[in-house]
Amino acid sequence: MIQAILVFNNHGKPRLVRFYQHFPEEIQQQIVRETFHLVLKRDDNICNFLEGGSLIGGSDYKLIYRHYATLYFVFCVDSSESELGILDLIQVFVETLDKCFENVCELDLIFHMDKGGLSAAPARAVSAVKNINLPEIPRNINIGDLNIKVPNLSQFV
Amino acid sequence: MALKMVKGSIDRMFDKNLQDLVRGIRNHKEDEAKYISQCIDEIKQELKQDNIAVKANAVCKLTYLQMLGYDISWAAFNIIEVMSASKFTFKRIGYLAASQSFHEGTDVIMLTTNQIRKDLSSPSQYDTGVALTGLSCFVTPDLARDLANDIMTLMSHTKPYIRKKAVLIMYKVFLKYPESLRPAFPRLKEKLEDPDPGVQSAAVNVICELARRNPKNYLSLAPLFFKLMTSSTNNWVLIKIIKLFGALTPLEPRLGKKLIEPLTNLIHSTSAMSLLYECVNTVIAVLISLSSGMPNHSASIQLCVQKLRILIEDSDQNLKYLGLLAMSKILKTHPKSVQSHKDLILQCLDDKDESIRLRALDLLYGMVSKKNLMEIVKKLMTHVDKAEGTTYRDELLTKIIDICSQSNYQHITNFEWYISILVELTRLEGTRHGHLIAAQMLDVAIRVKAIRKFAVSQMSTLLDNAHLVASSTQRNGICEVLYAATWICGEFSEHLQEPQHTLEAMLRPKVTTLPGHIQAVYVQNVVKLYASILQQKEQAAETEAAQAVTQLMIDRLPQFVQSADLEVQERASCILQLVKHVQKLQAKAVPVAEEVSALFAGELNPVAPKAQKKVPVPEGLDLDAWINEPLSDSESEDEKPKAMFHEEEQRQAKHRLPEVDEEELARRREARKQEQANNPFYIKSSPSPQKRYQDSPGVEHIPVVQIDLSVPLKVPGLPLSDQYVRLEEERRHRQRLEKDKRRKKRRDKEKKGKRRHGSLPTESDEDIAPAQQVDIVTEEMPENALPSDEDDKDPNDPYRALDIDLDKPLADSEKLPVQKHRNAENSKSPEKEDVPVVEKKSKKPKKKEKKHKEKEREKEKKKEKERKGEDLDFWLSTTPPPAAVPAPKDEVVEPRREAQDEEDEDQDQEKKPSKHKKKHKKEKEERPKDKKRSRKKLLGSEEAPGEPVQNGALEEGPLPPMSSYSLLAENSYIKMTYGIQGSLQDSQVTVSIILENLSGSVLKSMELSVLDSLNTRMARPEGSSVHDGVPVPFQLPPGVSNEAQFVFTVQSIVMAQKLKGTLSFIAKDDEGATHEKLDFKLHFSCSSYLTTTPCYSDAFAKLLESGDLSMSSIRVDGISMSFQNLLTKICFHHHFSVVERVDSCASMYSRSIQGHHICLLVKKGENSVSVDGKCSDATLLSNVLEEMKATLATC
Repeated sequence: MIQAILVFNNHGKPRLVRFYQHFPEEIQQQIVRETFHLVLKRDDNICNFLEGGSLIGGSDYKLIYRHYATLYFVFCVDSSESELGILDLIQVFVETLDKCFENVCELDLIFHMDKGGLSAAPARAVSAVKNINLPEIPRNINIGDLNIKVPNLSQFV
Repeated sequence: MALKMVKGSIDRMFDKNLQDLVRGIRNHKEDEAKYISQCIDEIKQELKQDNIAVKANAVCKLTYLQMLGYDISWAAFNIIEVMSASKFTFKRIGYLAASQSFHEGTDVIMLTTNQIRKDLSSPSQYDTGVALTGLSCFVTPDLARDLANDIMTLMSHTKPYIRKKAVLIMYKVFLKYPESLRPAFPRLKEKLEDPDPGVQSAAVNVICELARRNPKNYLSLAPLFFKLMTSSTNNWVLIKIIKLFGALTPLEPRLGKKLIEPLTNLIHSTSAMSLLYECVNTVIAVLISLSSGMPNHSASIQLCVQKLRILIEDSDQNLKYLGLLAMSKILKTHPKSVQSHKDLILQCLDDKDESIRLRALDLLYGMVSKKNLMEIVKKLMTHVDKAEGTTYRDELLTKIIDICSQSNYQHITNFEWYISILVELTRLEGTRHGHLIAAQMLDVAIRVKAIRKFAVSQMSTLLDNAHLVASSTQRNGICEVLYAATWICGEFSEHLQEPQHTLEAMLRPKVTTLPGHIQAVYVQNVVKLYASILQQKEQAAETEAAQAVTQLMIDRLPQFVQSADLEVQERASCILQLVKHVQKLQAKAVPVAEEVSALFAGELNPVAPKAQKKVPVPEGLDLDAWINEPLSDSESEDEKPKAMFHEEEQRQAKHRLPEVDEEELARRREARKQEQANNPFYIKSSPSPQKRYQDSPGVEHIPVVQIDLSVPLKVPGLPLSDQYVRLEEERRHRQRLEKDKRRKKRRDKEKKGKRRHGSLPTESDEDIAPAQQVDIVTEEMPENALPSDEDDKDPNDPYRALDIDLDKPLADSEKLPVQKHRNAENSKSPEKEDVPVVEKKSKKPKKKEKKHKEKEREKEKKKEKERKGEDLDFWLSTTPPPAAVPAPKDEVVEPRREAQDEEDEDQDQEKKPSKHKKKHKKEKEERPKDKKRSRKKLLGSEEAPGEPVQNGALEEGPLPPMSSYSLLAENSYIKMTYGIQGSLQDSQVTVSIILENLSGSVLKSMELSVLDSLNTRMARPEGSSVHDGVPVPFQLPPGVSNEAQFVFTVQSIVMAQKLKGTLSFIAKDDEGATHEKLDFKLHFSCSSYLTTTPCYSDAFAKLLESGDLSMSSIRVDGISMSFQNLLTKICFHHHFSVVERVDSCASMYSRSIQGHHICLLVKKGENSVSVDGKCSDATLLSNVLEEMKATLATC
C-alpha cells in the first residue's frame, strides 16, 4: 500500500503532501523535512530507493523517489508494492500532471491546488495506472523507457 | 434574504482566494508565519458567514495551510458544512479538507455519517466517488460499521468507477470494523472476476493486502489466483498476485511446486523488469519453503541467480540494488550459488552509491568461509582506507567485526591475523566504534589462550603508542581500545617481554587525560603488572631493581590520586597505600612478591553465568568422570578443579580465588609452555549434538606459526595483517602434508565428542585447521529454553483483527448492519423512541426517494424471516463481541441510514404499534440481526450532537434505549409527543412535536396555539398576533405521523416553565369533517435549556478555577445501574458531556442557551450517586440538579 505521497521542491518546500494514514501536522512536516534531507544528499545517478526506517512505519517501508527539475516526488510504500512498479507510477503521475496542466511546472502545483485534478491527482494516477492494461501502454512497466525526463519542465527557483 | 445574498457576493469580491493566498505567502517570505496567522484570522471571519461559497473558499485555503503544517482541526465543523454543500465543486473541497485533517480523534466526525450516506447514494457518480475517496482517509470504526452495508451495495454499482472505489475502500472498512469481513467477502471474491479490469485489479489489490497479513486464511483462494496468474496480462495484477503467492507458499509447500513452472515461464518470457524481479523473488520464496536440496530445483536456483546477476550487472542503479536485495534472500538457503558470484559482489563494494555498497556488505557477511575470509577482509580494509564519510566507514568497521566474529569466530583460522586487523582498525580516525574493537580484543585475548602472548605484545605496543591513539582521537571513541589494551597487558602480564617498559608506559602523565573509566582500568592493571614484575625481580634476587619499581609506583601513583574521577581516585589511594606498605617491607628485606601476586592469582574464564546455569545436566553425564584420559601433564593442569569453575560462576567474573596458592601458580607457569598446544578448557555440555567442537587435532599436531614478531612490535602503525595472508598460505600448505596423519587421530577424537564449536563447515573448510583453538563457551540457551517467537505479534496490530477464517460458510448471524431503528433492539420500552437530535440540518428535503431502498429492505426481510429461528438462539447466547472490536465510541446521532425525514416517520410509527404493521414488523425482524452490535449501539445511541468521544469509551452493560421525546397529549384522533432542544443563538429553543394520526380520518388544518407567558413566547410568523395559532405545515392521512417544529423565545431560563396550548384540527373522513381540539401543557425543563457542548479538560479546569460559580449538590441512593450507563443517561437527558472520567468519578459539562456554564462532578459510591454542581447561576443549578435527581431516582 502507498502510505504517503510527498512532492516538494529542491528547497524542501512541500508542494503536495498526501498521507494515507493519519499523522498530526507537526509529524507530517517532520516527515517531509527528514525525507527531504535524505533525498537531497543523493546524486541523481544513484538508486531511487531508500529504506524509510523510522520515518513512517519501520523497516517494512521504503521511500521511492524521483527527481524532476525542481521537484522531488517521493512515494512511501510498504513491502506489498513492487519497487519498480512504483517508479513507473511516479512517471505516469508526472505525465498525468503534465497533461492536466500542459507543461507542468512547480508553479502549477502551487496555484492549482484546488483544481479538480490535483487534489485527487495522486489517487487518480494510481488508479489510472493500475487500470491500464499493459499492452495499451507497454512502456509503463518497462523500466528501460523511464529515463525520459518530462519535457519542458520549466525551471523555477 | 436576497439582500443577504447580494451582500455575501460583494463580500466575496474582497476575499482572498487560494491563488491570492499562495501569492501572498510567496510575497511575504520574511514574515511568512505572521502573514499566515493574519490569513487564518480572515479565514475565521469568512467561516462565520452564511454564504457557502465563502465558506468553501475559506476551507480550500485552510487545506493548503494544512499542507504547510498548520493545524486546522478547529475548523472541523465548517469542513462538515462544506461537505454537505449541494454543489459538487464545494462538496469536493469539503471532502478534500476532511480527508486531510480528519482522523479518529476528530469528535465531530460522527456528525458526518448521514451526509456521507446521502452522498454515497447520490444519483451523481461523482458525488459518490468523492465521498468514497474522502471516507477512505478518515473512516472510523463507527463510520465503518454504519456505512459498511451502503458501501457493499456500491460494490455492485453499475458504474465501474464507483465499483472500483467501493472495492478499494472496503479494505479500510475491514480494518476498522473486522466483523464486516466475512459478510462482505463473497462479494469481494466475485469482483475478482469483474468484467472491468480496473475493478478486478482493485479486488486483487484488496485481497492481496488482506492476505499478506493473514495468509493462511486465503490459501483456499490459491486456485483462483492461479487461474488469474496464468490468464491475466495486466502486469500490475500479476505483480500483486505473484507477491501474494510469495506469502502463501511458506504455508503450503505443495503450492510452491505447482508455481515453479509458470513462474519460470514468466521469467523467461516477460520483458518487464518489475515483473521479472517479482517472479524471481517468489521463486526464491518457493525454494526456501521447499526443503532445499531437491535436485530438480537447482535449475531454478541457477536461473534466479543468473537473472539476478543480470540485474546486478545492469547500469541502472535501481536494478542493481534490487538484485543485491534478492540475492541476500537466496544467500540464506543456498549460499553456495551466491558464493560463485563473489567477484560481482566485491565489485559492488566499489560502487559510488552507498545504498548499493551497504547491500553488498550484507551479502558478504554470508559469503565468507575459512578459505576466503582473509581475502575478503583485506579487500574491506582497503575500502576502509578509501572510504570518505565516517558513516560508511563505521559501517565497514562493524561489518568487518561482524564477519570475523560471526558464529564464534568460525571462519578465523589465524587469530594473530585477527588481532593485527583489530590493531589496524584502531588507526581509524573518528570512528564511533572504539568500544566494539575493544570488546573484540578482550574477547579474543580471553577466549583464545594460545593468542595471549601475541595479543599482549601487540597491546603493549599499542600502550606504548597510546599518545597516538589518545591525542588524535580524544574527541571520539577510539581511546576505548586502550581500555582493552591495558587490561590485557595487566591480566596476562606474564607474557610481557619488557614489563618494566610497559609499566612506565602505563604510568605516563598523559594517561590522566583519558576518560575516567579507562584510567580506573589503568590503575588496577598497573598493580597487576607491578605484582608480576616484583615477583620476577625477587626470583632473580634483584632486590634493588624491585625497590626501584616500587619507588616508581610511589612516584607516579599520586597523579591518579588527584583524579577528579572518584573511581580512579579511590583505586589509586588504596593502591598507593599498598605499595607504601610493600616499600616498608622491602626495606626490611622481607620477600613480598608472593603475597602481592596472590592478590591477582587465579585465571579468568569466559563463562556466561546465566547460560551456564540454564544448561540442564544431560542424563547419564557424570561431570566428575574423565572424558578423555589425560594426554599430557598440561592437559590435566588445564582440566583444573571443577570447584573453581563453579565458584567463579557464582561470583562475578572479576572475582579471584584467594585459595589459589603458589602451587597453582607454578602449574600455570608450566601450562604456559604448552599454551600453543592449547586444549579447550571447557567441554561444553552442548544440548544440540551437531554443535560440538570440531577439528580438535591432537596437541602435538597443532601447527605453530613462527612469526617474526619484531615487525609488528617495532612499527605498530604499519599494516601488518597482510603478512598473515602469506603466512596462512604456507601454513595451509604444510597442513595439507600433515593431513593424512592427522585424520586418523582426529577420527578418534571425534568419537569422544571433543570438537570445536562451530556450525557445519563446508567441505573445503574442513581441510583448513585453525592455527589456534578457541576456548569458547557461548551464551547459548539450553534446549528447554524455548524461543519466544510467539511474542512477535504486536497485540495492537490492526491486522490481527482481520485474522478471520473466510472459508467457513457465512453464518446467518453474520450480516452487515443494515439501516434500522435503534430502539427496535429492546422491546422493554416500546412506547419510548429515539429521535435524532441533530435533525435540523439535514431536514430540508422531504422527498420520498427511498423506494429503491424499500425494495432492498423487502428482500432482506424475506431472508430474515427464514433465519429468524436460529437468530433467536444466537440472541440468547449473546456472545461478547470479539476483543478485536475497537472500543465502540458513542455513535452520537448516527445509526440512522438516511438523512431523510422518512426516518422520523418510521420512528413515529413505531411509537404506535397498532398502525403501520408492515414497517414495525420489519423492525422487529431486524432486531436479532443486531445482537452483535446491540451492546455497543444501545449505549450512547441517542447522545446529543457534539458529544465528546469519551462518553462511551467503556461500557459495561446494555442500557435500554432512551428517548428525549415524551408524551404531550393524546386523544382518539391524534397523539402528540415532543422534544425540546436549545440552540445557542438568540436564546431560543426548538420544540419538535410529532403528530401521529391514530384515527381513520385525514387530519388537516392543524393549528397550534400556545398561551405565551411573560417569559416564554412562541415565535410566530410576522404579522400574526399573540393569540393566533401557528399552522402545522402538513396534513396527516390515516396512520401517518410527521414532525413539526416550533421555535420559542425564552427570557429567563433559570426556572422550568409550563405553557398551556391547544391543537385544533379538522378530522375528515367519509362521513364528513369535524372540528376537534386537544389541549396540552408544554413543559420546559431547565435541562432542555442546556445544549451539549464539548469541553476539554484544561478549559474545564480554568473555568472551575475562575471561582465565580456557585455550588450545590445532590445525592441519590439506591442506584444499581452501572456508572457508564448512568453517565450516558445524564448526558442524554440533561445534555451534558463528559469531560473526564476516572474510575467511578466523572466531570461533566454543559452550557445553557444563554451561556451559563454548568460543571458537574459525579461520583458513584456503593449504591449511591452524588452530584456536585457548579454554575454561574445558582437557581439554574439547583433546578437542573432537582431534575437530575428525578432522573437518577429511576435508575
